[in-house]
Amino acid sequence: MLEFWTKLWQWLPEILPVLWFATGMTVRVTIGALAVALAFGLVVALMRISPIRPIRYLALLYTDVMRGTPALVQLFIIYFGLSDLGLEFDPVSAAIVGLGMNGAAYAGEIYRAGIEAIHKGQLEASLSLGMTPLKAMRFIILPQAVRIMLPPLCNYAILLVKDTAIISTIAAPEIMFEARRLVQATFMHSISGQIYLLCAIFYLALTLPLSYVAQRLERARQRWH
Amino acid sequence: MDPLLRIVDLHKSFGALEVLKGVSIDVAKGEKLSIIGPSGSGKTTLLRCVNYLEKPTAGHIYVDGTLIGEKQVNGKFVHLSDRELARERAEIGFVFQRFNLFPHLTALDNVAVAPRRVLGLARAEAEVQAMAMLEKVGLAHKASEYPERLSGGQQQRVAIARVLAMQPKLMLFDEATSALDPELIGEVLKVIRELAEEGRTMLVVTHEIQFAAEVSDRVIFMDAGQIVEQGPPERILKNPAHERTRLFLRQILER
Repeated sequence: MLEFWTKLWQWLPEILPVLWFATGMTVRVTIGALAVALAFGLVVALMRISPIRPIRYLALLYTDVMRGTPALVQLFIIYFGLSDLGLEFDPVSAAIVGLGMNGAAYAGEIYRAGIEAIHKGQLEASLSLGMTPLKAMRFIILPQAVRIMLPPLCNYAILLVKDTAIISTIAAPEIMFEARRLVQATFMHSISGQIYLLCAIFYLALTLPLSYVAQRLERARQRWH
Repeated sequence: MDPLLRIVDLHKSFGALEVLKGVSIDVAKGEKLSIIGPSGSGKTTLLRCVNYLEKPTAGHIYVDGTLIGEKQVNGKFVHLSDRELARERAEIGFVFQRFNLFPHLTALDNVAVAPRRVLGLARAEAEVQAMAMLEKVGLAHKASEYPERLSGGQQQRVAIARVLAMQPKLMLFDEATSALDPELIGEVLKVIRELAEEGRTMLVVTHEIQFAAEVSDRVIFMDAGQIVEQGPPERILKNPAHERTRLFLRQILER
């Protein structure tokens, strides 16, 4: 057992810088995918509550397809499939687009649930005061719904951090990809356990603050002052 | 003189259920009209149709000569756009049974939000006016409180101030005291009574028979989606012509 730790200690100066830079990539992809998911998810949510039926169905179809197929498959379609059609992505862009489009389905559902959780009397009061539905959404419904949406959005961000591991399969140089490269380097295969343990710690360092924020938001969401 | 509010042969069905079966009412400018009747008689639906929170199945509404929720294009009635409808609703105040204050805004912001976002008033101007409206309902000292910190009676008074800030031509009250604890009803009725004395045009759906008798110029008794009878409060409430009205009043007063 002691050998496990001494070996890790011995190789730490080689491993740490690699994983540290890889973490930067994981953070970049997470933030990029999150931005795509949050923005495109709002479009999906507004489409899902649209009064026009074909638009509602289109958004529902999108949500079902994105949630009903593995993100890994979607990623391969974007990275390998589209390049066959002449649309080439570098691994990082493909990862951001793929995870972002996938996340839009989840974010869209979170937005929609948040909007629908606001009592219909709020909309009626806004309309009766002369607001258009758009103004009611902007000034009355969304500010309230955001409180309901934030905790689940935070949980989604945690899932996203971990899901970035799948982009190692298209050679995006994030934590998991670099860890495997280290292990495959001939002189380090004997300490693969140590390396993957370090990986877990790096992921945890990213997700724990998010968990903390999610819990704080959860507690704050019923109070308005 | 043309009536301020004209309801013409209003019908409303929810699926197979016909809630309003042809109701016509004219309300003169400055008139206070109370609508009473058993639950399910259609009085709340009628009120909600007046500002188009419910779309009538048939019939038309006019406020100050303007057709509400529709316009005539080449002789045919078509529904208004969201923007056109909003402009018409801004002139009709609606006080809800359950207040519907905005929980994320202070009392002051609840009152100021529509003048700012609908009428385009500057923040400072809207707040001065909102403060005056809170003063009017006796709640200036609660301006910075959030709704959840107010009693039901206080919330309803803020809701009334919120409506007043839009300077509506017509005010609709939908059982404004029904959701309140008995000891809080008085303070809300007092505010409504003061508004009545200012000569505002009001349409009040209520279970408070005594209140209806005091403040109204006219009382309408509705049952099963139709007007059964109407007239001055002393006649309708003390000496109704119809058996159904008598039965309803006896049930209410024997509580």
